[in-house]
Amino acid sequence: MLENAYLIPLLPLVGFLVLVAVGKRAGDPGAGWIGTAAVGGSFLATLVAFFELLGEDGHDRHVVDHLFTWIPAGGLDVEAGLLVDPLSITMALFVTGVGFLIHLYSIGYMKGDERYPRFFVYLNLFVFSMLVLVLGDSLLLTFVGWEGVGACSYLLISFWFERESAASAGKKAFVVNRVGDFGFMIAMFLCFATFGTLEYAGILENAEGAGQSTLSAIALLLFVGACGKSAQLPLFVWLPDAMEGPTPVSALIHAATMVTAGVYLMCRVAPLLALTDDVGTVIAVVGAATAFFAATVAVAQDDIKRVLAYSTISQLGYMFLAVGSGAYVAAIFHMVTHAFFKALLFLGAGSVIHGLHDEQDMKRMGALKKWMPITSATFIVGWLAIAGVPPFAGFWSKDDILLAAWDKSVALWAVGLVTALLTAYYMSRQVFLVFYGDERWRSVPADDKAELTEPEPVGPGTGARVAAAPAGHAAADAGGHRGSGGHGHREPHESPWLMAGPLVVLAGLAVVAGGLNLPFDGFHHLEHFLEPVFEDALHHTDLGGGEKVRLGLFATAAAAAGIALAYSVFGKGRRTDAFEPAVLKRAWGVDALYAALIEAPGRALSAFAAYVVDARIIDGIVNGTGTVVRAGGGILRRVQTGYVRNYALGVAFGTTLLLGWVLVRAGI
Amino acid sequence: MSIGGEWYLYLAAALFTIGAVGLLVRRNVLVMFMCVELMLNAVNLTFVTFARELDDIGGQSLVFFVLVVAAAEVVVGLGIIVSIFRRRAGATADDLHLLKG
Amino acid sequence: MSLGLLLAATKVDQGVFLACAVIVLSGAIGVVISSNPVHAALSLVMTLFGIAVLFVAQEAHFLAAVQVIVYAGAIVVLFLFVIMLIGVDRAEDIRSEPLRGQRPLAVLLGLVALAEIVLLSRGGDWVTGAPAVAGQASGEGSNVEKLAESIFTRYMFAFEVTSVLLIIAVVGAVVLVRRPPPPVAEGDSEGEPVSAVVNVPGAPADAGAETAR
Repeated sequence: MLENAYLIPLLPLVGFLVLVAVGKRAGDPGAGWIGTAAVGGSFLATLVAFFELLGEDGHDRHVVDHLFTWIPAGGLDVEAGLLVDPLSITMALFVTGVGFLIHLYSIGYMKGDERYPRFFVYLNLFVFSMLVLVLGDSLLLTFVGWEGVGACSYLLISFWFERESAASAGKKAFVVNRVGDFGFMIAMFLCFATFGTLEYAGILENAEGAGQSTLSAIALLLFVGACGKSAQLPLFVWLPDAMEGPTPVSALIHAATMVTAGVYLMCRVAPLLALTDDVGTVIAVVGAATAFFAATVAVAQDDIKRVLAYSTISQLGYMFLAVGSGAYVAAIFHMVTHAFFKALLFLGAGSVIHGLHDEQDMKRMGALKKWMPITSATFIVGWLAIAGVPPFAGFWSKDDILLAAWDKSVALWAVGLVTALLTAYYMSRQVFLVFYGDERWRSVPADDKAELTEPEPVGPGTGARVAAAPAGHAAADAGGHRGSGGHGHREPHESPWLMAGPLVVLAGLAVVAGGLNLPFDGFHHLEHFLEPVFEDALHHTDLGGGEKVRLGLFATAAAAAGIALAYSVFGKGRRTDAFEPAVLKRAWGVDALYAALIEAPGRALSAFAAYVVDARIIDGIVNGTGTVVRAGGGILRRVQTGYVRNYALGVAFGTTLLLGWVLVRAGI
Repeated sequence: MSIGGEWYLYLAAALFTIGAVGLLVRRNVLVMFMCVELMLNAVNLTFVTFARELDDIGGQSLVFFVLVVAAAEVVVGLGIIVSIFRRRAGATADDLHLLKG
Repeated sequence: MSLGLLLAATKVDQGVFLACAVIVLSGAIGVVISSNPVHAALSLVMTLFGIAVLFVAQEAHFLAAVQVIVYAGAIVVLFLFVIMLIGVDRAEDIRSEPLRGQRPLAVLLGLVALAEIVLLSRGGDWVTGAPAVAGQASGEGSNVEKLAESIFTRYMFAFEVTSVLLIIAVVGAVVLVRRPPPPVAEGDSEGEPVSAVVNVPGAPADAGAETAR
């Protein structure tokens, strides 16, 4: 099977092509089943490959499946091949697995949408690109997948492109990602210049030979790319806006898979990172700062999806903190568990939105536990996981990261701890507002839904100019409810099994996934599995058992404190707003800063180019050429007087000149 | 002083120039034609002069042909003039200016 | 020949040349200056006669005879016929010049061309010393014989072509001066050749429409 590893990305590609051809005819829900089947098949192929890989010995678990020669161009010879090793198989497993569950969920969620087949076209293309990204054996193939997921994310974020906010959000995501991609590309150029090849095998084996500054430059530039894709400071601004897309998109792309591409990239080049001196520290600091920053912003958000968006940014910050501290296994571990519980949380949020007929403002929810039992149960599981409550998965992975951070620097550990507290606080706040308290949705006027697409205008030009949508027209997650007021009755309802099923599965995974890498001896499954990939680069924390327990208790205490704080404020429906200063709501004004620094000059430059350079200069030249020719013609036509005698004069003139020339030539 | 060939050539040149200027200045079509004849005669004189200088009868043969062609040209030219200007007496070359640009 | 005869001959040469030069030039100027076309024609005759005498002085006897017969005798007579036929005898107003700058420019160009030609004539040796191409002009035999020999052997083709040219000229002349036949069908373009081109006042208004032909 390992020779047939190409099936893993091939099946979603086939699904994409099939859907492009017959998707419209397959319709709702046929197109959905086709797409789900494709990803499901890919998951099976990945499982088979995984088991075969397990069959191999530790250090033989590294297979390069050569596909074809892509660019035979002189000095640059690019072979397209798939690299199947523990790291890529891990990524492929949860990409296809979670992807399959989300496809299943989407069949029910997107029901009734007029562009139903196209959604699955994009989703399949996305899964294909992501698999190329993680399975590629060279930086170039990874970059192809990188760009592919960027393009798909643009297509999916602005899926409901009739709304200007959605279209703008898609553009914003693409443009900000581009900034990161620029760093990635320069890193590739440097790699090629230094190592002569772009394949991971070639780069990582020869990494020692390169100079320190070169390695640092490459690592930093790759990290810039990772910042763009994984929404770290300062390139995070696209992720909150990306919530304009349908909820399954947010779950798959912006929680589970695409945003983890940056972490994957840094892990893939771990040997390179390990050789540099300070890049790791930079990464860790940026990660910790992002985690803290995003957590503070999440505290003040009202939109259910925005809280989760900032939460994603925060958890990604944790992963980079781990990467920077050399604990790559911890980062991957957290990535896996985060995929489970964040996808769960997002899908649960989608279920809530669907059940409340497109309501997204948490201030207008409440007491849904009674009405949506499955959703609330699974959501609570996800909440406990992300808050870091043992024995749920999130606790173990976050603990791993905090241990590594403690080893690196106490300051970073402290920041991580405070962030854990904030995480617990805002997630608990979300749960209490949504599922407990009073039934605030009863007092919402019937046609007042469409207001809350952007809770706060987050900077000019980012789509805050949503027109007051006509009644019943799409709110952020219209799902199948566009154009209608809902199902005719106002009470929230539980989601159908097609949507609730994946929730249950993910909840189960969120509970048990901690077992992947428990910090007790003999249970380091993931670490053993991934060891051959990282070898010396991996930083093992040599903390004594007692220290580990102490730090674990600190983490648990932080989580408990956060939950308690949230309970004291929001529990039992006491209050619905507290500690929500405007600066946090607006994400510390970062968007406004970008607008002033970049957008305004950019707009001025565009206006200059359009109205001065294009309209006046270039058009002026073109039109001016015509005018000049006409004027010249007008002057020249005066020679044509119509009088024969004038023409004869011309002949005489010419003759005189000719004679003069003959004279000159004759030398007289 | 013996007359060399140059004097004849100067005379021919002067005759040619007078004919050319006359062609450019006069408006009456027939007089313009006569100026053309003057120019042709100047050329004939030149050829005959050279025939003597170079001791070549070819110059005179050429004059012979020029004479014949001039005669034919006058015939056709006057025919054209007659057919154009038959309608109106006193029409001049300046009246044909329809090709003004 | 004795020197005296030679000298005398040279003097006669000079005198003849001088006299003929005066005649030719005054005739030419007369053509250009006369306002009456008949006067111009007569001045032309004077010029032609002067040229004929110069031909004789250059020992081109045949050509002198042909010059008088054809040029002065036929061509100028033709001119006079046309003058009388279409009545272009109205004196032209020489004093005015409707085209701006025509006269000064014409005179200037003429003088410049004259200077150039004179300069060209002065310099160099044209007598290359090479033998005659078409036969000797000087030497034994009459001028007519030598000329005939040259024309009918060496330049035979030109002779034949010229005779064709004459025929064409005759045919052309006949066609050109034909009066238009009475109108048979509309749009018959044959009937009105070039007469419509002239800006003739009082001519039918649609004459201008046919100029595009």
